[in-house]
Amino acid sequence: MDTTELIRAYQTMRTIRLFEETVVTLVNANEIPGVTHEYIGQEAVATGMCAALGPDDVLTSTHRGHGHIIGRGADPGRMFAELMARVDGLNHGRGGSMHAADVSLGIYGANGIVGAGAPFAAGAAWASGAPGAAGEPTTDRRVRRVSVAFFGDGAINQGVLLETFNLAAAWELPMVFCCENNGYAVTTPAAASAKVTPSERATGFGLAVREVDGMDVEAVYEAAQWAVDHARSGRGPVFLDCRCYRFVGHNTGEHMLGLQYRTHDEIELWRGRDPITAVADRLRGHGLADADLARLDDEVQQHIDAAVTFARASASPEPATAMDYMYATPTLTTATRWGHR
Amino acid sequence: MTVMRYQKALATAVRDEMAADPSVCYLGEDVVHSLRGVSSGLAAAHPGRVKDTPISEAAFTGFATGAAMAGMRPIVEYQIPTLLYVAFDQIVNQAQKIRLMTGGQTRVPVTYLFPGSGARLGLAGQHSDHPYTLLAHMGVKTLVPATPQDAYSLVRSAIRDDDPVAVFLPANCLPRKGDVDVAVTVPIGPAAIRREGTDVTVVAIGHLVHEALAVADDLADQVDVEVIDARAAHPFDWHTLTRSVTRTGRLVVLDDTNRTCGWAAEVAATAAEELFHHLRAPVRRVARADVPMPFAPVLERAVVPDREAITAAILETAKA
Repeated sequence: MDTTELIRAYQTMRTIRLFEETVVTLVNANEIPGVTHEYIGQEAVATGMCAALGPDDVLTSTHRGHGHIIGRGADPGRMFAELMARVDGLNHGRGGSMHAADVSLGIYGANGIVGAGAPFAAGAAWASGAPGAAGEPTTDRRVRRVSVAFFGDGAINQGVLLETFNLAAAWELPMVFCCENNGYAVTTPAAASAKVTPSERATGFGLAVREVDGMDVEAVYEAAQWAVDHARSGRGPVFLDCRCYRFVGHNTGEHMLGLQYRTHDEIELWRGRDPITAVADRLRGHGLADADLARLDDEVQQHIDAAVTFARASASPEPATAMDYMYATPTLTTATRWGHR
Repeated sequence: MTVMRYQKALATAVRDEMAADPSVCYLGEDVVHSLRGVSSGLAAAHPGRVKDTPISEAAFTGFATGAAMAGMRPIVEYQIPTLLYVAFDQIVNQAQKIRLMTGGQTRVPVTYLFPGSGARLGLAGQHSDHPYTLLAHMGVKTLVPATPQDAYSLVRSAIRDDDPVAVFLPANCLPRKGDVDVAVTVPIGPAAIRREGTDVTVVAIGHLVHEALAVADDLADQVDVEVIDARAAHPFDWHTLTRSVTRTGRLVVLDDTNRTCGWAAEVAATAAEELFHHLRAPVRRVARADVPMPFAPVLERAVVPDREAITAAILETAKA
């Protein structure tokens, strides 16, 4: 990455981190209902991957999706508003954290079911090259759409994901499987659930595989560029095994449970490899002063503060609109009965 | 207007939509060689738009969702209707919910075809269900055409609809012949009154419409039966049912799914809530027994709705 790209990556990672820290505060203040899963620690993966995507590319996300959505460029204000269940949310308060989407940016949604979004990415990848596809159908492999399916290592034992590996490989789809391998399926360590590594398994399906240091945004970006080019140029789907770590619990409330599935030492070891600190150090190497970094941090802080202010000012949906958006083609009788009709 | 078998009408609807709209594609197991007889000749006519999938029902169902969000209009064929259970998350928890969950940001125009739905004498426990109730319960637009004309026109409407639509094509209807006018449009929603009558309203869906008509003819000198073909398990046409029951005051509901929490239960419960003061007799259901389909044909006949049970229900309702 050149200095400009690295600064942009730093800003994105700082934005994701501060967004997530603010989410924790808002959850604890009961301003965000439901369950949220923070992306803290994994910022380099979404940032490096999304930086390699073009404007027409598509991604599918996970229950831990805030990083992908902000990394792809969604507005943090509308994202906060969605988490806070407001009408100005990305999904008008109908999705929340686990279903947040911005289809205009090719974000086909976070997903509450592990692995379930991956086949959407496959279908979207196919549609871009299929005869009759809407948008800008093309057989020109240099310009066709690439899809990225994000998922965690926990998804590696989910049938629908493995089926999608196979289907994508068999049909040589232009897609990237981006595995955020943080080592744990909620509390279960990866080795307790699978005999082989994600990379070994992906190799067996015929995917082109690369293992990546998911704590290093430049390494992710370099691998992502290779993967996207591989897919776009018609050489078939790619599997990126991004080794990373979540610094916090599986969800916001996990710390209340006092679970002991990871040692303090292990967490501290990984925190010592904080991907944002690493980028800050590299930017100093590119000649930025501490004051420059502080200025960047201030800008992110202002951006996030303004986003929260925007979200708080947004109204809650009217109860009478609970059935809105259910059907794209309503009929006389799909104006569905509600309660006693 | 031509006389056509139901199966041929279904295949013609798919063929005509694929010819009319280049974004329509056809996915499923063994569809290139048309094992099920719905996609004959399509792969040659539309190269690249007909895909034989791996035996991965969950993945190819989700694949259709993504292709639909990206602008295609996929048709997904399930070789066996109970494969719905394998793909259930991808239909009811993903495709069906995405529009609402995204606050209307996208549409998911996918058509799920279930040819050969229901019992066929001897296919036993795992191949004999007719699971339209499950999708109706989850709010999926769910059609069960009874006639060749509806197989043609409703399938075309399903493909053109911007939401996920499931179409169950009953095994007992596939060989049926009837007039088909390809210029006729049948929208999703309205029921059809197949036989007018004044004494008892029978509402049925799929092949049970034909059973109801046969029984109505048999009973013509005793009871004047009105037969309503619901056409759609969801959305259900309450308006047509209300008008009929307001006249007859008597209702029998026929349903080829399990009795407990079945489609008939919903129709009967709503009739009891909404039409109580018009009813002159208790609402009766004729549905499947709550049992996995036993293999022996004699046992299969014993647990699905048949003419004997329909006749008994109509006569009891008429006398009550």
